[in-house]
Amino acid sequence: MTRRVPQELTCTEMVRLVTEFLEDALPLEDRTRFEQHLVYCKGCAAYVRQMRKTVEASSGLKDTGLSAEAEDELLRAFKGFCK
Amino acid sequence: MDEPRVGAASAEDALVVDALRAGDEKAFLAVVQSLNPPMLRIASVYVSSRGVAEEVVQEAWLGVLKGLSRFEGRSSLRRWIFGILTNCAKSRGVREARSTPFSEMGSQDDEDEPAVDPSRFLPADHPRWPGHWSAPPTAWAEEQVLNKESLTVVEAAIARLPVNQREVITLRDVLGWSSEEVCESLAISEGNQRVLLHRARSKVRAVLEKHFAEGEAR
Repeated sequence: MTRRVPQELTCTEMVRLVTEFLEDALPLEDRTRFEQHLVYCKGCAAYVRQMRKTVEASSGLKDTGLSAEAEDELLRAFKGFCK
Repeated sequence: MDEPRVGAASAEDALVVDALRAGDEKAFLAVVQSLNPPMLRIASVYVSSRGVAEEVVQEAWLGVLKGLSRFEGRSSLRRWIFGILTNCAKSRGVREARSTPFSEMGSQDDEDEPAVDPSRFLPADHPRWPGHWSAPPTAWAEEQVLNKESLTVVEAAIARLPVNQREVITLRDVLGWSSEEVCESLAISEGNQRVLLHRARSKVRAVLEKHFAEGEAR
């Protein structure tokens, strides 16, 4: 994606570019502007932290497997296939 | 979570496949137990309930057993199994959609709504701070983000996303796949993947922010 980042990044642009920043997909020049903006803009620094936390929360979702009965059923199917 | 592999089947995959073909029940159970949790998560992207997702996973395993003799190792075993699963889940989702009133289905549109309410920024013609926050976000307390209640909020927010955004955020953020793997698995470009991920994460963040604000107001 090529999007021009003007000289001084605004907060609206930061919000639009945050995923490209986190994904390390910004050209170096734009990345530098982004990082400079974060140094003095508390709101955007908080926003970036919130995005990181959001990713962390998604990765914290718990997954469970199938029930023991369903697993038994699969095992029976497996035995059937192997006969 | 062990790292999913990119590319062809590994030597380890070959051993597992040999064991499965030889009817090794222990090997089968080990594969089933390690892959079922992510398989259920992926199936849930496309179907309406946990119960249906479980059926889809079982159906996928039967497909795996049927196809095992034809597995050539051009992709990793894991990728091959996820491919079968995704096909089962998508066709089940399509069948479900046909019998579900439109109003009950998640949004299918890939609408480009703003990540943050525009009213939280100063106007572009503001003399001193154009396009800067008028209502900036505030820091979240570390511990509140990962508590059970917040995770429930996150899970519900993901469930409400359009399916293409839900696919990407589930594989990337929930299951921790690399962007390369997600692009390959969903057959989308890196740029497209990033756009979908951006929309998905932005919406989930907004939902969490609202949730915490309501918590403070209580």
